[in-house]
Amino acid sequence: MPRFEEERLLDEDAGPLVRPYTVSGGRTTPTAAFDLLSLVRSTGRMRPSQLEAEQAAVLLLCHEPVSVAEIAAHLRLPAMVVKVLLSDLVEDGAVTAHAPEAALDPTDLNLLEALLNGLQRRL
Amino acid sequence: MAYSGDSESPARPVPTAIKLLVAGGFGVGKTTFVGAVSEIEPLSTEETITTASIGVDDLTGVGAKTTTTVALDFGRVTLDAGHTLYLFGTPGQDRFWFMWDELSDGAFGAVVMADTRRLADCFNALDFFERRKTPFIVAVNVFDDAFHYDPEEVRVALDLGPHVPIVSCDARDPRSATLVLVTLTKHLISTATTVAR
Ligand SMILES: Nc1nc2c(ncn2[C@@H]2O[C@H](COP(=O)(O)OP(=O)(O)OP(=O)(O)O)[C@@H](O)[C@H]2O)c(=O)[nH]1
Ligand SMILES: [Mg+2]
Repeated sequence: MPRFEEERLLDEDAGPLVRPYTVSGGRTTPTAAFDLLSLVRSTGRMRPSQLEAEQAAVLLLCHEPVSVAEIAAHLRLPAMVVKVLLSDLVEDGAVTAHAPEAALDPTDLNLLEALLNGLQRRL
Repeated sequence: MAYSGDSESPARPVPTAIKLLVAGGFGVGKTTFVGAVSEIEPLSTEETITTASIGVDDLTGVGAKTTTTVALDFGRVTLDAGHTLYLFGTPGQDRFWFMWDELSDGAFGAVVMADTRRLADCFNALDFFERRKTPFIVAVNVFDDAFHYDPEEVRVALDLGPHVPIVSCDARDPRSATLVLVTLTKHLISTATTVAR
């Protein structure tokens, strides 16, 4: 019984892994560094019709700056696959990426006030 | 600050991204919480684990719940023209803990959700944030059939210091969930000012 369950779990887990691997051209490491919160925006230099379907889908999502996490969630692809797609798009000049400010200080009172005010406005 | 190497698109500044985490045990309401606060449709790469997870996860007290999230929940809140809040729900199951480090990198603080029917489920999250020195508050998610604890009883049960705020919430209610984040932010402000001193 437990063995059977284990095998089923394996199959279900392995299933979706095949497609993303193909999507990213078999590559599993992006050439450029992306964070989940890196913001990506299209440059307008390439049209979606010039690209592979998955890359075009990414491009269509980033007219406005959009985070890597959001793209991954929208496309239902693992973040790592999206990072691979994005690094190709950056190389092609189709998008620019903006890493989150690395040294954002979590004790910066100006940032915390902006957070507090923004939240309280929604109440 | 500005985009580089791109003359075609206007160099509007990109908003500063502030990151908060929502953590807690399996089925405590993390996805519900992120969805209630977020201005975009709640996003997550959700794998449906149903019968296969029985015997792996403790389903006691979770009632009709048959699916669980195996990836991150993600939400966004525009704070003002220059600042955006990103909310990440951490995976509830221990076997997805490998994701926590990347998620908590750069996070300002965390909400640890607790279900009074299964308080011990949030011990891992508390340990994790204490170790990483990420400031957090505890939000007791009040389920209809739960035994209602006094916040101070929860403090004793979770062995929390007097400085950690404990609030109760209904994760389904946007206002209630937003109030939890307000409490967390006030806690971050007071932590920042005492640390600075
Ligand atoms: N009564 C009540 N039910 C809630 C509340 N929050 C969540 N629920 C319900 O509890 C169940 C689990 O909520 P989820 O948001 O999926 O929990 P989760 O923490 O994301 O679960 P995992 O990702 O599987 O760990 C859902 O059926 C919710 O509708 C609450 O505040 N009150
Ligand atoms: Mg969830």
